[in-house]
Amino acid sequence: MSGFTFTIDGVDVPAQDGQTIMEAADAAGVYIPRLCDHQGLRHQGGCRVCTVKAAGRSFSACTQPATPGLQVENETPHINKLRRDLVEMLFHEGNHLCPICEASGNCELQAMAYRLDMTAPTKFPYLEPSRALDASHPDIALDTNRCISCGRCIRASQDIDRKGIFGYVGRGIRRRVAVDGADLAHTDAQVTDHAISDDVCPVGCIIRKRVGFATPIGERKFDQGLIGHEIEERGDD
Amino acid sequence: MSEPRLIEISPLTRVEGHGKVTIHLNRDNEVDEARLHIVEFRGFERFIRGRLLWEVPVIVQRLCGICPVSHHLAAAKAMDQIVGVDELPPTAEKMRRLMHYGQVMQSHVLHFFHLAAPDILFGFDAPAEKRNIFEVLRQRPELGRRAIFLRKFGQDIIEATAGKKIHGTGAIPGGINRNLPVETRDAFLARIDEMQDWAMDALALARDYTLEHALLVRGFASFPSNYMSLVREADGALDLYHGSLRAVGADGEPIFDRLAYSGYHEKLVEDVRSWSYMKFPFIKELGPEAGWYRVGPLARMNTVDFIDTPEADAARDELMAVTQGSPNNSILVNHWARMIEVLHCLEKIRELLHDPDLQGSDLQASGERREEGVGVIEAPRGNLIHHYRVDEHDQVTYCNLIVSTTHNNEGMNKAVKDVAVKHLSGHEQITEGMLNHVEVAIRAYDPCLSCATHALGQMPLQVELFDADGALVDSRTREA
Repeated sequence: MSGFTFTIDGVDVPAQDGQTIMEAADAAGVYIPRLCDHQGLRHQGGCRVCTVKAAGRSFSACTQPATPGLQVENETPHINKLRRDLVEMLFHEGNHLCPICEASGNCELQAMAYRLDMTAPTKFPYLEPSRALDASHPDIALDTNRCISCGRCIRASQDIDRKGIFGYVGRGIRRRVAVDGADLAHTDAQVTDHAISDDVCPVGCIIRKRVGFATPIGERKFDQGLIGHEIEERGDD
Repeated sequence: MSEPRLIEISPLTRVEGHGKVTIHLNRDNEVDEARLHIVEFRGFERFIRGRLLWEVPVIVQRLCGICPVSHHLAAAKAMDQIVGVDELPPTAEKMRRLMHYGQVMQSHVLHFFHLAAPDILFGFDAPAEKRNIFEVLRQRPELGRRAIFLRKFGQDIIEATAGKKIHGTGAIPGGINRNLPVETRDAFLARIDEMQDWAMDALALARDYTLEHALLVRGFASFPSNYMSLVREADGALDLYHGSLRAVGADGEPIFDRLAYSGYHEKLVEDVRSWSYMKFPFIKELGPEAGWYRVGPLARMNTVDFIDTPEADAARDELMAVTQGSPNNSILVNHWARMIEVLHCLEKIRELLHDPDLQGSDLQASGERREEGVGVIEAPRGNLIHHYRVDEHDQVTYCNLIVSTTHNNEGMNKAVKDVAVKHLSGHEQITEGMLNHVEVAIRAYDPCLSCATHALGQMPLQVELFDADGALVDSRTREA
């Protein structure tokens, strides 16, 4: 494998053949915001929060291969505004009630909103969908009011658990994540599945029962720093 | 003889929530009818259905921004029962108690200094622009400063136990999610002496006001009633966090005692009236006319046998001596009772801070699941009841909340009528000062109207004056 360099916001970033822009950036301690991409899962390029610009075009950094000499724009006011709009639309599309959600403090959507300075979601109309809570499974609940259709659970269930419990249904704005069965109780989902682990669902949609709010405020994932700070700290070493 | 009138006080000020008062005057300017209307509606009891049981303490605390801890803990206590836990690990119970004492004292301090003190210090008829905390700070800067830092102490306790000063997440079904680090404990211990000294001074202020204005206090919306609160199961002591229910009549004799609170619905009934979103509870065996009762700081002084902290107990003895040990019926005495409870809370906080159980690591217990749970606590404003049923999928199927202000609904309405008759009847001109007397009576209960209707919104006050035919003649409205 041969190496080369490209730049992100003017900073040289080393890369290997076949690496995506995001993979090379992560390794170099440069954080590119993302929601649908997750370590260990195949890249999807769906949420577009990782949009970067290069050579006059927009790419999703999680799927676009890095190439020698590529000059990538990442943390520019224009790109961050686009990202903020995307995140804001996700808030408006579902029912995201952070004050009462057990994912608060561990939620990547909430954390991304903070990182992108989205102080109040007021730009777009709320769609206020009516989605029932599926609590049929003894150990797992599914509150799709909070789903952002990132598809991480779908990929984890298909590729790692080899179960295919989750999938998309519907088209366009009505596309959403659903279970393969009448409800969760009618699937072979288990709380030990990778798709159910607290790492995979970025929001509070997939709920492991009876553990909510057990982590005190101050010790939750994003109480420690902005989303992406762990990657950025790599760059400080 | 003038035309009949309707006076409307809207919004009610310096109370939590949104309400209004209507007073009907007849052609002789005498008060025909006076009512406190609660005009908010929220519907927590309905929309909590379907939610998951461990979410409930976090969701229902959003009923209120002043005493969310009370709702948080009452719901958590109900959920303890549902997850089959009758006895919490000592660390969990003591952390919750610490949170609760911090909450009660900060809420009482807020009410006494920020809401009620302007009436006490400057008079009920003082110009409206003077009856606020800013004038307290201007004229009595040291008192105002203490008010702010006493309240801060209580809020810091809440933050240390729940993670946030408002709407934290400390209590979880069967336990608590944190203990108290030694360094945090030591920081509180360094401040506790000063806080207790200040509480003693505030208590003296409330007591002296009550004793020096004995005639006013005895004649101001003072009437006999039943009283109800939790008392400590073993010995009838004041216990703000846990106990069994006791109700006493105006003569101090028990109506019921040592009632396990899970059976509250066998003794209490909620009546509904068309003109208010707030229900009217009464003691079933006495009926709606004789069975209404009051809760809150003064009610607790009237129902308990003693207080288990020395300074507060001595202060209660002094308060009860005014009525020779019989229940005190004067609502303005609530301020004195409230300051006794601030002192009690600080004494209990000191006791807990010296208890090594707060640094324990056994935080949560579990047991065999049950379908139903009732949690009752003595909130700052009085008894608070949370009742839930949860199905086998962990989803709430039933919720009933009876909050302190709801218990006091009939009492507040009677107080409004009493004050209106005494201070408005026979007057052609209704002044702002006269209307403030009505508000003072309501304010003595420290009502939280948002909680009472489980409602959403601001807390303005409106007074309306109706003529004999029911037509609105005059109204006074103050914005929140």
